[in-house]
Formats: sequence, C-alpha cells, structure tokens
Amino acid sequence: MPDRNLQANTRRPAPRAQTRPRSRIVSALDDALRPHEPVSRRTYLSGVILSTAVIAFVWILLSYGGIVPPLFLPSPSDVVRAAVALFREGSLLIHARASLSVIVTGWALAVVAAVPLGILMGTLKFVEALVEPVVDFVRYLPVSAMIPLLILYIGIGTAEKVAVIFIGTFFQLVLLVADVSANVSKDLLDSAYTLGAKRGTVFSRVLVPATLPGVMDNLRITMGWAWTYLIVAELVASDRGLGYLILDSMRGLYTDRIFVGLFVIGLLGLGFDIIFKQLHRILLPWSPKI
Amino acid sequence: MTDDALMNDTAKLILRDLTVAFQRRRGGSVVAVDSLDLTVHDEEFVCIVGPSGCGKSTMLRVVAGLTRPSSGEVVLDGIQVSGPGADRGMVFQSYTLFPWLTVEGNVEFGPRLSGHPPELCTRIAKRYIDLVGLSGFEHSYPKELSGGMMQRAAIARALANDPEILLMDEPFGALDAQTRTLMQELLLSVWEQTHKTVLFVTHDIEEAVLLADRVYVMTARPGRIKREIKVSLPRPRTVGVLDSEEFLHFRREVHQSIREESLKVLAAREDGG
Repeated sequence: MPDRNLQANTRRPAPRAQTRPRSRIVSALDDALRPHEPVSRRTYLSGVILSTAVIAFVWILLSYGGIVPPLFLPSPSDVVRAAVALFREGSLLIHARASLSVIVTGWALAVVAAVPLGILMGTLKFVEALVEPVVDFVRYLPVSAMIPLLILYIGIGTAEKVAVIFIGTFFQLVLLVADVSANVSKDLLDSAYTLGAKRGTVFSRVLVPATLPGVMDNLRITMGWAWTYLIVAELVASDRGLGYLILDSMRGLYTDRIFVGLFVIGLLGLGFDIIFKQLHRILLPWSPKI
Repeated sequence: MTDDALMNDTAKLILRDLTVAFQRRRGGSVVAVDSLDLTVHDEEFVCIVGPSGCGKSTMLRVVAGLTRPSSGEVVLDGIQVSGPGADRGMVFQSYTLFPWLTVEGNVEFGPRLSGHPPELCTRIAKRYIDLVGLSGFEHSYPKELSGGMMQRAAIARALANDPEILLMDEPFGALDAQTRTLMQELLLSVWEQTHKTVLFVTHDIEEAVLLADRVYVMTARPGRIKREIKVSLPRPRTVGVLDSEEFLHFRREVHQSIREESLKVLAAREDGG
C-alpha cells in the first residue's frame, strides 16, 4: 500500500507542470475521477451531500414551485405531516412491525435452511447433482407468480407472506452460498488434512469459517431482495404491513402517505444494511472484505 | 551395492515404482509421474528439481496422501502411506494460513487436533513462532502479514505437529527475490535447529543446491528421476556459500541436467503447436 501511494505522488506532479494552470474545481474533479484511486474523506462526503441535495432541491422545486400537482408529488412538509399523523394514530408502527416480523421470519427460515445446504452443494459434487437442477428451475419462477398458489394453499395470513419471502430468498441464497463455498481454496482444505484433520473436522473447522465473509455478504444482499418480495406479497392480499399502507393510501389518493410508506421502507432497508456491515466488522475482524 | 544397503538402513521415506496418471475428461489419461523411485534418509534435506509441469508437485501430493497413486507405493518409517496424516507436514506455494485464525491459532491448529491440553498447545506454538522469527505477531491475522511472514507462519504451523517429514511444495515461489533469499536462510537455520527430514520441491536450481543434501533432477513429463546429485557442501550453510567455487560446480551440474529436460519440453510444445 505505501508503495502505491508513493508512486502516485511521484507520478502526478509531472503532467501538471506541463499543462496550463487550471481552476481549483477542475483539478479537484480531475483528482476525484481517477479510476480505482482512493479519494479524501472530504471529497467522498461532498459527493454524498451533493447527490442528496440535488434530489431534495428537485423535489422542493417541483412541489413547492407548483410544477407538479400535490396529487402526484406531495411537498416535503406534506410528507412529514402525514408521517407524524400516521405515527400518532399508531398505524405506522403497526404496519412497520407487521412487515418487519414477516420479513425477518421468512428470511431467517430461508437462511437456516439455505446456508448449510448451499455449503454442502458447493463442496460436494454429489449434493450439487441432487440440488442444482431443482434450484435452477425454481429460481426462475417469479415469486409473484406463485402467490395465487400460496394463497390457495395457505390462505392470506402471515404464513402466506412468510412463505413468499422464504421461497423468494431460499433458492437464490442456496446458489449464492454454494458459489461461496465452491470458491474456498482447495489448498486450505489440503493444509487441514496434512495437519491431521479428518473430513468432519475439515467441514466444521475450515469450510464453515472460510465461507463466513461471503455468506455474510449474501445475507445482506438477500435481505434487500426480501423487501421486494414482501411488498409484492402485501400488495396482493393483506390487511396490514407497509405494502398494505401504500396500497390503501392509493385507494384514498393519499399520495403523501404513499411517500411515507416508501421512506420507511427505504430507511429500514438502509438500517439493515448498516447493521449487517457493522456485524461483519465486529464478528469477522479477520475478513479480507473489511 | 553397499551404497544401496546403507540407503535402506537409514531410509525414512521410500517411493517405489510410483506412477500417477490422471483421467482426461474426454477419455484417455495423462501420466504425470512414471515409475519413480526415490529415497529420503532420516534427517536429510532432499530437493526435487525439474522443468515446470514435470509432475514434481504431484509426487509430493502423493507423499502427503492428498493424491492417490495409480500404482507403486509410498513408505514412511516402514509403513505404507494410504492417506493424509499429521506425520507428514506440508507447506504449500499458495498462502494457506487460515485467515480466521491468528498466527498463534494457526500454529496451534495441529496440536489442538491431536488433543493436547490448551496450555501445552500455546507453549508449542510459541516455540515454533519464535523459531521462525515471528514473535510479536502471535495475535496478528494473516491479512496483516506480508507474504514472507505468512510462509514463515505456515512453516511454523507444519513443524508444530512435529511431523516425521516436512514436505515443501515451492514454498517461496510466490515471494520476491529478496524475501526468498531471507526465507532460504531462515529455513537453513530452522533445519540446523530441528534436523527435520525435508522433501522440498522447487524449480529454482540455486535454491535446491543451497538447501539440499541431495538433489534429484526430474525428467519432463512424464516425471521420472533423471539424476541424483549429492551436494557435499559443508553445513551449517549460509547464503555466503552462494559465491563459492563448489557451489557453482553443483549448480552447473544440476543446471546442465535440467536444461536438457527444459529443451525437450520446449521442443514438444513447438511440435504440438
């Protein structure tokens, strides 16, 4: 690492000396847009603020400026007001909790089943032969297409939504985890054998820990997908949940409430993402990905 | 022959008529190692050199028990090898430290598997970490180490099991030239202190002559033993020996022998292309 910095520092001044003096913004942009080069924390933060500010500005301009009628785009203050109202009625919490419990249950069940199966599939060719054809077939079936069948089988309660999440994430996760475990270096396993490990020990003490960083990443990714399936499930048949809140608000043309629903989903997703990244850092301090 | 009698007397590891063939996917097979005979004596450092792709790594994997031979046998201390085991420690060319364990955890891995009490494992680990000069890095994770340090830890990990023989598969092949020299010196000093029997595979002639008591030169694929060269340089050795007349003599000898094989490989490739 230090070498690379050194190189970068010695390399950069040369071309600059030849060119005409440029404005600070141009040279800052030039520095910020070098492929695969790190940027300063300040530059990074200014990027984050810039994109957020642009979106906020466009929103403010379109809504307060009266360019788009409030039926289509409520103003920020309308959305905040709707959020406060929904929170006061208690319905926001009820919907959020309903969605959260469904998503966490369905996703956790999928994880418990998919991670061990995926590890076995990526490691043992025979298990791959057993599992892969089925998984490859099912994972191309859109979960939304299975919702009618699930309603027929299980009804329209919580169980049906948990099943949607489970089916939506399980098959994808099996393949993702299988890929992670298939990529565990064979030399790592061979080293364990030459240190006296037997097959069972190699599984528990080498393969499983070796897959953890990759598995952790995929847990985070599939949690994101789970939100998509949840909302689809709640839109089709439901009496509570954030998806239901959105659909119900549309019926009454409460666009501001739709926006509240979307914001809450986005914030919860962001929250999960941060939690997963922190967990990765805390639980797997050795991981090459952090 | 009296020499033969002597060899069998102190033989630690014997490879007899070893052949390894791999099945090709489209049928047919490739012979990687062809009726190879080889002996390693107790407390001897033996290097195998050969052109790339000559099957020397395959041979080492058979000794480790990681690859099954098609025919022939590997005998260690009079017992035929049938699978991997803690009595044959191995150091690989790639970095194979367990990334989720610290240096100490890695070196302890073998002793823990054999069921020693934890305090003893830690003591063993400390001894070998000291031996390879990694004291102070006991609690570092592999990602915090340089390539040379990782290989030192890998050597310590293999030695911590107190194996009957140490198998090394081009362990310094991925390191830069300066680090490689340092590692060779380290290995020489480790060997002086442990007198472990070592079977070391490399394509680096200088490395082989510097380290070994005997060098076996392998033929191009299918791998056979082409020549055996006894390196009678005095021990303990340091890299200072690299400039000596005797060293150059042995190097030239190995070099000539291997050059013929490399040319064969080249010719075969040009014929094929």
